[in-house]
Amino acid sequence: MTTTADVRGMTRRQLLSRATAAGASFVVGAGFIAAPDAAWAYETTHIKPEAFATLVQMARDIYPHDRIPDENYVLAVKGYDTPEAAPAIEAGIAALDAAAHGKGFPGYLGTGWERDRVDILRGMEESGFFQMIRGGLVTGLYNQKAVWPIFGYEGESYSQGGYLERGFDDISWL
Amino acid sequence: MAAPFDLTDDSVVVIIGTGAGGGVLANELAQKGVSVVALEAGGRYLPEDYVNDEWESFGQLAWVDPRTTSGDWRVAKDFSGLPAWIVKAVGGTTTHWAGASLRFQDHEWKAATTYGPVQGANLLDWPIDAAEMAPWYDKAEAKLGVTRTGGREGLPGNNNYKVFEAGAKALGYTEVHTGRMAINSAEYDGRTFCHQTGFCFQGCKWGAKWSSAYTDIPRGEATGNLEVRERCHAARILHDDSGKVTGVEYFDADGNLQMQAARVVCVAGNSFESPRLLLNSASSMFPDGLANSSGQVGRNYMRHMTGSVYATFDKPVRMWRGTTMAGIIQDEARHDPSRGFVGGYELETLALGIPFMAAFLDPGAWGREFTSALDAYENMAGMWIVGEDMPQETNRVTLNHAVKDQFGLPVANVHFSDHPNDIAMRNHAYRQGVAVYEAVGATRTFPTPPYPSTHNLGTNRMSEKARDGVVNRWGQTHDVPNLFVSDGSQFTTGAAENPTLTIVALAIRQADHIAREMSAQTL
Repeated sequence: MTTTADVRGMTRRQLLSRATAAGASFVVGAGFIAAPDAAWAYETTHIKPEAFATLVQMARDIYPHDRIPDENYVLAVKGYDTPEAAPAIEAGIAALDAAAHGKGFPGYLGTGWERDRVDILRGMEESGFFQMIRGGLVTGLYNQKAVWPIFGYEGESYSQGGYLERGFDDISWL
Repeated sequence: MAAPFDLTDDSVVVIIGTGAGGGVLANELAQKGVSVVALEAGGRYLPEDYVNDEWESFGQLAWVDPRTTSGDWRVAKDFSGLPAWIVKAVGGTTTHWAGASLRFQDHEWKAATTYGPVQGANLLDWPIDAAEMAPWYDKAEAKLGVTRTGGREGLPGNNNYKVFEAGAKALGYTEVHTGRMAINSAEYDGRTFCHQTGFCFQGCKWGAKWSSAYTDIPRGEATGNLEVRERCHAARILHDDSGKVTGVEYFDADGNLQMQAARVVCVAGNSFESPRLLLNSASSMFPDGLANSSGQVGRNYMRHMTGSVYATFDKPVRMWRGTTMAGIIQDEARHDPSRGFVGGYELETLALGIPFMAAFLDPGAWGREFTSALDAYENMAGMWIVGEDMPQETNRVTLNHAVKDQFGLPVANVHFSDHPNDIAMRNHAYRQGVAVYEAVGATRTFPTPPYPSTHNLGTNRMSEKARDGVVNRWGQTHDVPNLFVSDGSQFTTGAAENPTLTIVALAIRQADHIAREMSAQTL
């Protein structure tokens, strides 16, 4: 992942202006999606950036954790940005947008509330596309060590001697 | 002759599998001077190799060769290619097991007699009983260093246990403690004590938990009587015209087919692979598979009635810290049909890390109902339910000829559907588990469905009469005198207790029998 928005000489202002035009949760540039504050960006290589931004929003709507930043959802799905996977992803996202149109929205990203997007997803949760994305997220999102501290999970402990001297029985509220 | 042994050496006992059954049997025979070749499908991993990381460890240790599933159990939908969470490595699933080491209750050896007829259940009494097994349990507990037996102290309770214990006592339960565990509370048998690291399921990096991988296996090898062949996958057991087995064909680490001659063959590949091997060894003399004149090979598959209950609280628990399963409530383990089911169940503490919690809390679930539970992970406590399930003839392992493994052999299909008794018991256990946590202020509870099976039992069951099962009181097949079954597949019924201690006790006893019969030249 690139961490700045100006890898290809694009300024933050350009990105932001494109974001406004796209009306999306993400800044969408030529091959880029990025955070509104340009704290990070991801350059797609095979999936159209608009479709990728929709995919990232879909990932958050499937497993919404408000304390997990977008960056980790991007990491969770960027494995689909390959020549082999891209056509199926773009087809799936097109179906998602079509379902949104059917409910009177300009697209999946053009919905206002999470409940509108969840309603769209419920309508396609038995589809192979939805199940592939959801199944992949179980490891793609929750097996990122970077998100573990957000849940309080401490991960590996052997190198620190376990918890024998570090609070294995420190509960105090019972 | 000392190890390594020649492929043509037909004086050896060939053991297939090196876990709680095969690994113990191999060492016990080697200690008695019997020559043993142990074929192990997996590689060798020791405490320095184990990793405190759930998915990475799963990739290192789990048996992920193809299998298929059917039946109405939810595992067939959510984990259709992974009916069991067991290990492919030297030491087998003793690397992964939690360490809970409980004897059967006396009446559980005689389930058919005790429970009476249960419609749809293929209940049978074991041909052995508590009195006969008591001395072997003594030996098994000493080998494993089980806490709260033999004068060994219990483990200290971790945070997850303290929540569990407080709820249990508030509910009036009295048989509540940190378990009888094959995890050292003090240094024992050259192994250190538990450092409360968590990750018991990922292989104990301290070696504080007993595993045959770093106890029985190296001790057997040190005698010069045991050769362990790693990454060797048994394909077929061969026999002669008299119907006695003569050797084992296997694929070696390079994928080449080899044949090891044998005087005796012992099958200990866990309850899917053991019947699969017998079925894949069908011949013109044994068209339905080896040792299958009863038709019972692969049948009566049991996986214990399981489930979990997790609960969240308004304050932190941090259940992942410390020994994963050192906590038990035994009050419900009794047989008391007034509860609406026969048999009983244990409640045992359990914790998963975030990666596995996401996969197993409610497989397939999504949206905020699910993610808000994970958001409260730090404030979560957990327990596992393990109870006796009913043997059913239709719950069975068969060969799936449409799906082949990497060696071209038909894979095991595992068919399972709950018996009404299993469902009644699970619902009772869910209610009691939820009540335990609500008694200490749970804000939300999660009756969680069974995981891929860890306790796989019964597919080559022990029976007094040849028509009722596959092996006799020694684990010797009724049909083939020099062919034995040495793992949990010989269980006649499952009892409520975690099975490893009983598998080990049976293996020690079987080794004694085999060595005696060999020296008497009757084997």
